[in-house]
Amino acid sequence: MGRAVRLVLLLALALLFLIPFYLLVRNGLSSEADITSPEWRFFPSELHWSNIRELFDDPNVPMAHALLNSSLIAVLTTVGTLLLASLAGYGLARIPYAYANVVFYWILGTLMVPAAVTFVPSFVLVSSLGWVSTLRGLVVPTLFSAVAAFIFRQYFLGFPKELEDAARVDGLGYWRTYWRVVVPNSRPVFAAVGTIVFIGAWNSFLWPLVIGQDRDAWTVQVALSTFTTAQTVNIHELFVAAAVSIVPLLVVFLVLQRHIVAGVERSGIDD
Amino acid sequence: MRGPLTTTLTRKLLGPQNRHLWFWIFVGPFVLGLTLFTYVPLAWSVYLSFFDAHNTVSPTDFVGFDNYTAMLGDDAFTGSLVTFLVFTAFIVPATYVLSLALALMVNRLRWAQAFFRSVFFLPVACSYVVAALIWKMSIFNGVRFGLANTVLDWFGADQIAWLSTTDPPWYWLVIVTVRLWLQAGFYMVLFLAGLQRISPRLYEAAAVDGARPGWQVFRYITFPQLRATSVAVVLLLVINAFQAFDEFYNLLSDSRGYPPYARPPLVYLYYTALGQGQNLGLGSAGAVILALIIAVVTVVQARWFGLGRKED
Repeated sequence: MGRAVRLVLLLALALLFLIPFYLLVRNGLSSEADITSPEWRFFPSELHWSNIRELFDDPNVPMAHALLNSSLIAVLTTVGTLLLASLAGYGLARIPYAYANVVFYWILGTLMVPAAVTFVPSFVLVSSLGWVSTLRGLVVPTLFSAVAAFIFRQYFLGFPKELEDAARVDGLGYWRTYWRVVVPNSRPVFAAVGTIVFIGAWNSFLWPLVIGQDRDAWTVQVALSTFTTAQTVNIHELFVAAAVSIVPLLVVFLVLQRHIVAGVERSGIDD
Repeated sequence: MRGPLTTTLTRKLLGPQNRHLWFWIFVGPFVLGLTLFTYVPLAWSVYLSFFDAHNTVSPTDFVGFDNYTAMLGDDAFTGSLVTFLVFTAFIVPATYVLSLALALMVNRLRWAQAFFRSVFFLPVACSYVVAALIWKMSIFNGVRFGLANTVLDWFGADQIAWLSTTDPPWYWLVIVTVRLWLQAGFYMVLFLAGLQRISPRLYEAAAVDGARPGWQVFRYITFPQLRATSVAVVLLLVINAFQAFDEFYNLLSDSRGYPPYARPPLVYLYYTALGQGQNLGLGSAGAVILALIIAVVTVVQARWFGLGRKED
């Protein structure tokens, strides 16, 4: 394949990949009439920035509340996962213990069970705890990511021993060595895993759909889904809501893109 | 207050000699949570699957294997497994080929590599819900204002009701392209990482041996060297396909409910266990069957690819 052909092909594919984003923004800023016009327009006849205000003013659409829920869930999930999984990964990688392998396989075993298969039993458990439609129910069961623990373990196995030995000589125990030496020197892996977890939490749908049954517990994704399956759809509001919903991720994405890509490359797994 | 007792205790707790304790302080909370939220539900699910459990999580009516025979005899459930197989048969090869092709093309770029990589990776930031919305309401609408039908119109072709036409099943095109768009960039990054690990010396040796750049080099160097990445990619693609729920649910269900076609197992289980019937016993039996199938498929695949065998 010649260079020119390859470049043209890449540009065409890039255009195809960008069209959905373009449609999202175009429809979000169009009037209802423009979106549903049988005459297809590439550009809206007029930009309706007021759609954004209309969305947040609409009493039938709990958009602000859903954004708040999603933000809380995504932040808590990310912080909690990083804390739990990094501690577990460090313990598995660096604290000698006779049964460490057994524990490791116990953790890996959950990878064989795709999370989505356990949603019926998990729902059963969470509902018997009385956690349906609560923040606890939406966050706590998702905090224990075997993949995240696995990535941290692999990373800490390769962490330079000399740094830890120096800390040990200074009289630091495992706990303080971890917090003062290991964590500050491992920022890239925390950033990479953190972004992947944040994106996953923000975009997750099945679990919030099952657990967030009350309108007050809806996340952005559940709210959007509820509009799309509703009888009457205010289509421009729907699109502006969808566009608003991806803004936080695009920001995270643009700021931390390098870390995400590096993290994905290093781990080889995700989801 | 630092008596000899507390000093001893502190030393015992903080000293490096008590490694078991420290191991469990670090790993314990995670393992406990994982056990509570994965293994306990699984065990409970197996238990529930032997009971008649409508709307209750503490049933009393033991029914033996009735839920299992009901599930396996239910055309809708077995049909959902067929749906999964068809979906996998489309999405796994399609994503594999597209993401590998993207990686190969992007990898050889001298400039603008970061730009193209970002563009193809960007959909990873988009949710299935949002993507399904764009696909359903702006690209593949049945009515006239959709992009796909507009393009068909330019070529003088008839308009298509994409999501409700079952003969031919045009809805597959909608379902497959959503996922392809959302996940291809992610797997492209995995392939890019794999490509960068291939030693340049192999290519030099190939050039010395007279291999023509292009197909021959790909066939004899690049592709075999990507074997480990390929295995990981295919395994992940199949596992992710098994979990398909978001795009099916959001593309096909509307205020009238879900159409009788294109229900993957999870959609079916969702409606069985949490729909109006709230039949948790039946739903659990379905989940157990699905878990067993996934376990078998994973083991067979791992064997097939020789996973765990030492590379020679």
